[in-house]
Amino acid sequence: MDRRTLLAGAASGLALSLAGRTALAQAKEKVKVGFVFVGPIGDGGWTFQHNEGRLAVEKEYGDRVETIYQESVPEGSDAERVLTQMVLAGCDIIFTTSFGYMDATNAVAAKFPNVKFEHCTGFKRDHANVATYNARFYEGRAVCGTIAGMMTKSNKIGYIGSYPIPEVVQGINASFIHAKKVNPDVTISVVWAYTWFDPAKEADAAKALIEQGVDVILAHTDSTAPLAEAAKTPGVIGFGQASDMANYKPSPRVSSIIDNWAPYYVKRVGMVLDGTWASTDAWEGIAGGEVQVGEITDAVPAEVKAKAMEIHDAIAAGTYHPFTGPLNRQDGSAWLAEGQVASDGDLLGMNFYVEGISGEIPK
Amino acid sequence: MDLLGGINPAVLVASLMMASVPIIFAAIGELVVEKSGVLNLGVEGMMIIGAICGFAVAVETGSPVLGFVGGALGGATLSLIFALLTQFLMANQVATGLALTLFGLGLSSLIGQGYVGVKPPPVDRLDLGPLSDLPVLGTILFHHDLMVYLSIAAVVAVWAVMHHTRAGLVLRAVGENHDAAHALGYHVIRIRVLAILFGGAMAGLGGAYLSLIRVPQWTDGITSGAGWIALAIVVFAGWRPGRVLLGAYLFGGITVLQLNLQAAGARIPVQYLSMSPYLITILVLVIMSADRRRIASAPASLGRTFHASR
Repeated sequence: MDRRTLLAGAASGLALSLAGRTALAQAKEKVKVGFVFVGPIGDGGWTFQHNEGRLAVEKEYGDRVETIYQESVPEGSDAERVLTQMVLAGCDIIFTTSFGYMDATNAVAAKFPNVKFEHCTGFKRDHANVATYNARFYEGRAVCGTIAGMMTKSNKIGYIGSYPIPEVVQGINASFIHAKKVNPDVTISVVWAYTWFDPAKEADAAKALIEQGVDVILAHTDSTAPLAEAAKTPGVIGFGQASDMANYKPSPRVSSIIDNWAPYYVKRVGMVLDGTWASTDAWEGIAGGEVQVGEITDAVPAEVKAKAMEIHDAIAAGTYHPFTGPLNRQDGSAWLAEGQVASDGDLLGMNFYVEGISGEIPK
Repeated sequence: MDLLGGINPAVLVASLMMASVPIIFAAIGELVVEKSGVLNLGVEGMMIIGAICGFAVAVETGSPVLGFVGGALGGATLSLIFALLTQFLMANQVATGLALTLFGLGLSSLIGQGYVGVKPPPVDRLDLGPLSDLPVLGTILFHHDLMVYLSIAAVVAVWAVMHHTRAGLVLRAVGENHDAAHALGYHVIRIRVLAILFGGAMAGLGGAYLSLIRVPQWTDGITSGAGWIALAIVVFAGWRPGRVLLGAYLFGGITVLQLNLQAAGARIPVQYLSMSPYLITILVLVIMSADRRRIASAPASLGRTFHASR
């Protein structure tokens, strides 16, 4: 045993004897929580739901937490500045709530090892103080896709994509697979808006789809504009995205995918408070309650609703995975064999359409 | 009428006319402001204030017409702040305009707190009877709401006033050389304040069109840059009303076309489609203004502060 090992041994012994006290010392009386939002909290969708989560944290811990947030932070180098500012303002944990903050989050995390960072929908955890969290939105898409396939009269459904990232491609594939299952003649048109939040552009995209004969619109952007546009044309339906968007009930909004971040935020801030926070990768879906399917309105026939709920319940029970073989890639090559289920790794890197979808994913 | 892989050109033209309305209003208002020698970079702020004021008034009164009036008044009120700061307190126009945008974005978000998710009263398209049933022309020209026609009328009116009336001549004189206009006895400050108010009202109308007809709903940041596009179009159009209309239609048209091309499954990389509105609009207007004989230049006093003592 050389001197260094001896010293290390002594140090760890000391640490052990102090363990009880250290745990107490790490637990905090009060934490400051920062949120970085990609859109305004009044968007009625994605950012609105994250803000609901923030409010839930405040409600749960009362005086023991202080939250700050910044809205409409551009993805890219501006995000680094905002994050640094939040750290300097004394935040103990910061949630960055859009895919495009991935590199900025990791870069700032490297500089401030004592602050915890949580990045939403990303996959990079370069440092011990970075965690990632996501929700299995594609499970909700499977339910909506089923409704879409049964409800379309023109056999054309439309999908407004934001950016060509795996999360959105999963949504397109899951929607199409399940629409096709109940309606073999269905086709899907994808419009890439290249924005998360631009109501006018989202409305234009919906309008373009409707002009091309689409009568069911699925949106993967953050505002309620696609539903407002759908409401102008009788017979066109859509779904609430990220938030319930209940104002558009009973039609055009016939159901919705709700992101429920509150339990996760409450849990993670609690971990910072009692000193048990560690870097993890959370990816819950319908079963975990992070993804909820909003009320299916009476604008759809009972049998459609029953079929949709059947898929929903099977996913919730864990007996059905939305990406179950046999499934081929767009070019016809085999992806999943009969009964085979897609791995999480496959899903997180998904950059191809499944067979039957035309068009290319922008590179 | 199916060209371009299933895109109906008549429907396309009709949508582009609708999509361009907010930019036309904002740009034609800004054109008048700049022609009077004032650079107001607060178009985005005035638009979004117009959007929320128009929306709030329409929801509270149930009348879209009053909503548009409210939107115009809201935009004009905000521009009054700009007028006070730059014309009477001699503040720097660029800085004040930028501040106006930031202020407008924040204030609109505050006013809009209670209006998220509310549906505005619907605006019907103008009933033009048998005209709307004409084959192609009916779809293109006679299937719109009143504001689409008003936007075109505004461009024509500004052109006519600017180039064929005494008032227009005075306005241009103030913008080209405010000292000379002042020496001739024209009230430079008063004319500029009126121009600024007009610009604010037009931007407000454009904003109200977004929140009442085009989207139609209120969400924070609804204009998302339309005001900046309007500003750019004024410059690239060489301060000519006709070209402002052309620029706005080009921009709106290519925006609509690229989305339709995507929806129709055209095999063009999406990146090129997405940048095409900006690229083509600027390119076309730059090429048009490259004509050396009729070079378009900014009003000579643009952005310069006027004080009668000098």
